[in-house]
Amino acid sequence: MKHPDYEAVIGLEIHCELNTRTKIFCACPTAFGAATNTQVCPVCLGLPGALPTLNEKAVEFAVRAGLALDSRVARVSRFDRKNYFYPDLPKAYQITQFFEPICTGGHLDAETADGVRRVRITRIHLEEDAGKLIHTPDGTLADCNRCGVPLIEIVTEPDLRTGEEAAAFARKLRSVLVWAGVTDGRLQEGSMRFDVNLSVRRRGQTALGVRTEMKNLGSFTSVRRAVEAEFDRQCGLLERGEPVFQETRRFDEKRGVSVLMRRKENADDYRYFPEPDLPPVVVSDALIEALRADLPRLPDARKRFYRETWGLSDFDGEMLTSEREAAELFEAAAGLTRYARLAAQLVIGEVLQSVDFERERVRLNPARLAAVADLQGDGEINPQTARQLVRSLCGQDFDPADYVRAHGLGRVRDVKTLREAVEAALSENPKIVSDFLRGKTAAATALMGQVMRKTNGRADPQTAQTLIAQALEAIKDASES
Amino acid sequence: MNVCDMTVAALSALLRKREISAVETANAFLARIAERDGLHGAFLTTTADLALRQAARADARLASGENVTLLTGVPFAVKDNICVKGVRTTCGSRILSGYIAPYDAFAARRLLDGGAVLLGKTNMDEFGMGASTTHSAFQITRNPADPDRIPGGSSGGSAAAVAAGEAAFALGSDTGGSVRQPAAFCGAVGLKPTYGAVSRRGLVAFASSLDQIGPLTRCVGDAALVFDAIAGHDDGDATSARRRLPPLADAVGREVSGMRAGLPRELLGDGIDPQIREAVRNAARRLASLGVRVEETSLPALTQTLGAYYVISSAEASSNLARYDGVRYGRRAENCPDAASLYVRSRSEGFGDEVKRRILLGTFVLSAGFRDAYYQRAVAARARVRRDFDRAFADFDFLLAPTAPTAAPRFDETPDDPVRVYAGGVCTVPANLAGLPAMSVPFGKTPDGRPAAVQLIGPAFGEEVLIAAGHALEQEAKA
Repeated sequence: MKHPDYEAVIGLEIHCELNTRTKIFCACPTAFGAATNTQVCPVCLGLPGALPTLNEKAVEFAVRAGLALDSRVARVSRFDRKNYFYPDLPKAYQITQFFEPICTGGHLDAETADGVRRVRITRIHLEEDAGKLIHTPDGTLADCNRCGVPLIEIVTEPDLRTGEEAAAFARKLRSVLVWAGVTDGRLQEGSMRFDVNLSVRRRGQTALGVRTEMKNLGSFTSVRRAVEAEFDRQCGLLERGEPVFQETRRFDEKRGVSVLMRRKENADDYRYFPEPDLPPVVVSDALIEALRADLPRLPDARKRFYRETWGLSDFDGEMLTSEREAAELFEAAAGLTRYARLAAQLVIGEVLQSVDFERERVRLNPARLAAVADLQGDGEINPQTARQLVRSLCGQDFDPADYVRAHGLGRVRDVKTLREAVEAALSENPKIVSDFLRGKTAAATALMGQVMRKTNGRADPQTAQTLIAQALEAIKDASES
Repeated sequence: MNVCDMTVAALSALLRKREISAVETANAFLARIAERDGLHGAFLTTTADLALRQAARADARLASGENVTLLTGVPFAVKDNICVKGVRTTCGSRILSGYIAPYDAFAARRLLDGGAVLLGKTNMDEFGMGASTTHSAFQITRNPADPDRIPGGSSGGSAAAVAAGEAAFALGSDTGGSVRQPAAFCGAVGLKPTYGAVSRRGLVAFASSLDQIGPLTRCVGDAALVFDAIAGHDDGDATSARRRLPPLADAVGREVSGMRAGLPRELLGDGIDPQIREAVRNAARRLASLGVRVEETSLPALTQTLGAYYVISSAEASSNLARYDGVRYGRRAENCPDAASLYVRSRSEGFGDEVKRRILLGTFVLSAGFRDAYYQRAVAARARVRRDFDRAFADFDFLLAPTAPTAAPRFDETPDDPVRVYAGGVCTVPANLAGLPAMSVPFGKTPDGRPAAVQLIGPAFGEEVLIAAGHALEQEAKA
C-alpha cells in the first residue's frame, strides 16, 4: 500500500431513486428510458402557477429506508427550498429537506477484508431529482423527464477508511435498500449515485484533515477507484508540504484521477428556507409499525438463517443476499432439493455471474434449480453439466432430467461403452501400461482421467474403476504368464 | 339600468329569468370595454371570441335549465397572474410577455365550469409587486372614480374593471393588500379569503405563504357569491384547507346585533389620514347603532408587520421568480453566448425595477450570514402577529380598521421612495401575515369626494362574520 503513514477518513452521501411509479410532487411516471420530455407536466416543469403535492408513497419508501438502517423516523419533518440556477432545474430551486429531515441516526454493517465495519448513518432526507442536460454540437438541450423523480439522500458519518471498504459499504447499502423495496438499485440507470467526502490524516491522529467532495460516482468500482485516487492525491500534497483545499471534485474515470470542479470560497449559497407550498410531513406511529411489519428479513438476518439452516458460510450468504432475486431463487430451491448447498453453489457460481440483474429478471425456476442440484447431488450428472444446465435454464425453461436423458448428458453406466473407453485408453497410452508393469501404482488414477476425458467426464466412476481394475489385472496376468 | 352596472345577483336573476341572454350580456360588456377601457386601461388582454363562445354555451344551459348556477352567463375578468388555458398570462411583466398558460387556475376553472363568461385579463403591478398598478410593464390603469388618480394595486386592473362596469366581477390576488387596497381606492368590495380557503393552483406565485385569490365586486353580497364559487378544497394545492366551508351567501343580511368588534389602536395612529380615521370611526358608530359592541383594543405586534412582510414576501419572491430565466418559456435575451449570460440578460431585460428591488432584497435576507438577522427575525415577528390576533379574537368577532392610510392619490402625488410606498400596506399586511380573512368595504366618500373604505378582519375561516358585518355597513352607507 502506498502512503503507509496516512489513513483516509471517508464518508458517503448516497442519492437513491425511490421505487415509486410516479414523481414526488406530481403524477408523471418515473419510468426510465422514455423519449425526452415526454414524462413532464406543469408541476415538474415549474411552469408559472404550478404547485407541488406530496406523493405519500415517497414518504413510505423513505421511512422503509430509515427502518432498514435503524434510523429514528421523525414524526414531523419539513421540506425546504435549495435555491440555485442551473438549466436542468426548472424552478431554480430544489425541494429538499434541509432543516428537519425525515430520518436521523442509524447504522449499517458491511463485510470487509478486515472484518465487519459498522458505518453510522447521519441522516436520510427526501428530495426531488433534477433533469438531465444533453450536450450536442448545436447546443445544450434539457430533458426534464427526471425532474421530480423522488430521491432519498443518505449521509453517513466518516466511518470508512479505504476504497475497498467504501465500495463494500455501498454494495451492502444497495442490497439492503433493494431488499427493503426502497429502490430498484439499478446503478446503470443512475438509480443510485455516490458522493465521496474524503480527508487524510497521519495514522494515530484523531483530528480530521481538510476534506474534499467527489460527486456523482455511478458504480462500486468508481467509488473504490475514486477513493484510492483522491487518497493518493491528498497524501502527495501533504508529503510535499502543500495544503489540501476544501473543494468539490469530479472523478475522471478514463484517466483515473480526480479533477477540480470548484473551490469552497466560490461555493454556492443555497439560501435555504422552508418550502411554503408544502405543509409538514407527518408520519404516524401506525404507519411506521405497518411498514416495519411489512419489511422483509434483511441480508444480515438471512445470512444467519442460511448458516443455521443449511450450514452455508457467511461469505456464501453475503454473495447470495447481494441480489434479492438470487437469494429468493436460492431459498425457494433450497426447500425443494436435498442438496441446498449445491443449489447455493450453483446460484453463486452461475446465476450471479450470468444474469445482469439491472437489466433482466431471473427466469430460472426454483424447481428446476432444485432438480439440477438433485441430479448433481445424486451423481447423475457431473458439476460441469450441472453448471451448464443452470446457465441454459437462465435463458429458457426445460425439464433438466429429460434434457439430460435426451442429450445423453447423464452418467455413463453402460459397461460395453466404458470397456471400449478403457481399452482405447490402454492402447493409446502404452507408457501408463509400461509404468504400471514396472510397479507404479498411480496407473489406475491416470487411466480414470483418460476414461473421463473420453466420456466427457460422464463415466460412472465406480463402474469405470471396476473395469480399469479388471483391465489392469488382465495385463498383469498376461505379463506374468 | 345598464346590465354593466348591475350587481352580479341582479344580473344573474335577469339571466335566469331569460330577460336577457348571456350573449347580449357579453356583448354589452364588450361594448363597455371598447367604450371606456381606452381611458381606464384595466385590461391587458380581452378575450371577446372566447367570451362569446362561452356566452352561447351559457345560453344553452340557461335554456335547458341544466347546470345553471348563480354565475351562468355572468361576465368577469381575472387578474393577469391567474392562468386561463390558451390565454396570455403575463403578470404585467415583460419576461412573460408571450406566455400562453397551458392550464386553468383552479379558481378560474370553477368559475368557467359554473358558466361564467371570461372577458379578459386585467392589468397589475408586475408580479403583484406594487400598490398602484403603475409597475406594469405594459400600461397604467386609471381610477374610474377619477382618471387622474391611481386605482391602487396590485389588482388595480380588476378593481378598475369592476368599478367602471367593464366586468360584473373580477378576481384579484392579495399578498399584502392587493385586492383590498385597490377595491378601497376604486370604490369596490375586495375580499381576501383565509389562507387556504381558495386554491392557489394556477395563481402565479409572488409570496407563496401570503398569496390568496379573492373577488372584487360591486357589493358585499356579490363577494359572498363569488367566494362560494371559488372556495373549497383542491387536491392540487397542498396548502388548500380541507374543511367544509358553509355558503357565505347565507350570511348576507344576518343580524349583527350582539357582535363584538375591536378597533386596533395601532391602525388608527398618526400615519393614517384624518379623513380615513374619521371614516373608520364613523363606521364604528354606525355598527354600534346596530347593536355591535365596539371597543378600542391593542395588538402591539401590528407595529412590526411591515418589516416582517417585506422580508418574508421578498424572500419567497426571490425564490419564486428565479424560474424566469429565458430557458424554457417567456422572453429570452438574444445572442447569449452561454447559460450564465442568458440568465443575466433575460432577467435584466425582462424584470422591471420594483421586481428587481424585491429579488435583491429577498436574496439578501436569505443569504448566509444575514438569514438570522433578517429572515428568522421576520418569521418570529410573524408568529407574534399571529399570537396577537389569536388573543384579539378571543374577545372580538372581528376587527375594524382602515384599508389604506389614505384614499386614492393622484398619479403625481404617488411617492417614488419605496419605503414610503411600502408604508401604505400597514393596514393590510397583518391579515396576510396571519393568514386571516379581511375585506374592504366602501364606506361613503372622503370630504374631498374620493371613495372611502373600511376594512374588516376576521378570525381564520370567519368570512361569514365579515360578510354579515360588511353587508350591514354597506346598508348603513347607503342610508
